[in-house]
Amino acid sequence: MNLADGVQIVSFALLAAMMLGTALGVVLLDNIVYSAFLLAGVFISISGLYILLNAGFVAAAQILIYVGAVNVLILFGIMLVNKRQDFVPVEKAWIGKAATALVCLGLFGLLGTMVVATPWTLSSAPIAGDDALVVIGKHFFSDFLLPFELVSVLLLMALIGAIVIARREYLPEEAAQNPQLTVPERPRELTTGGNR
Amino acid sequence: MQLQYFLLLAAALFCIGIYGLVTSRNAIRVLMSIELLLNSVNLNLMAFSNFLDPAQVKGQVFTVFVITIAAAEAAVGLAIVLSIYRNRDTVDMEQFNLLKW
Repeated sequence: MNLADGVQIVSFALLAAMMLGTALGVVLLDNIVYSAFLLAGVFISISGLYILLNAGFVAAAQILIYVGAVNVLILFGIMLVNKRQDFVPVEKAWIGKAATALVCLGLFGLLGTMVVATPWTLSSAPIAGDDALVVIGKHFFSDFLLPFELVSVLLLMALIGAIVIARREYLPEEAAQNPQLTVPERPRELTTGGNR
Repeated sequence: MQLQYFLLLAAALFCIGIYGLVTSRNAIRVLMSIELLLNSVNLNLMAFSNFLDPAQVKGQVFTVFVITIAAAEAAVGLAIVLSIYRNRDTVDMEQFNLLKW
């Protein structure tokens, strides 16, 4: 990436503000449909951050997989279970929320001090840039071959498992009562003896 | 640009995801929070890959693996939510006590 430092800083600030705002919206908004659409905003701004980090291929994969597949899947899930009910309020729920917020702020403080205090040894090797795709492919088929194959098997397992978990329950007694296939719209008398 | 900016941003996203994971009542919002957590980890890996290992980008390889696993996780998680919704007729996390004594 051959951008000037100022351009990089400004675009980083814009993307960071967009990402944090949409992430807070995902967590805090009441309407879950708004949350799902804001989640797409989080994914898109993270993809922009990947481009700032010289990783064009992973940025494209992020948009394709997260925005194109995962977010659409979540929207389908929302539409399938969208029951317009108000949750029963839990007594003293604010205590849990306040405690969680406190713990999260403390965790952020801990991580922040760790990040700032650690002396990172930055590498000065030449940046792969657009050749990163070739390097990733070589990694996949040489030293990361076993994880690559395992991930493909895991995707197959997740595919089959999701279908098995989410399908409707099959009712064996109904099928035992009617072993022949029948068309519900058209009774058998009309179809077999229609010409009489 | 510095490594610390990206790491701080990923830490903030991680904390937002933890907050949403713990406090959400809707089961699908919990799944979305898990996606936020995975994305913050991805951002960490990409930052390390760019600043500490720019020649052979192993962080990007790991990020591709994490993206794949996240897709599988979303599919199975939504299937579980649909199954529970069909049995319990609700998506309220406070009423999911199937595994609780």
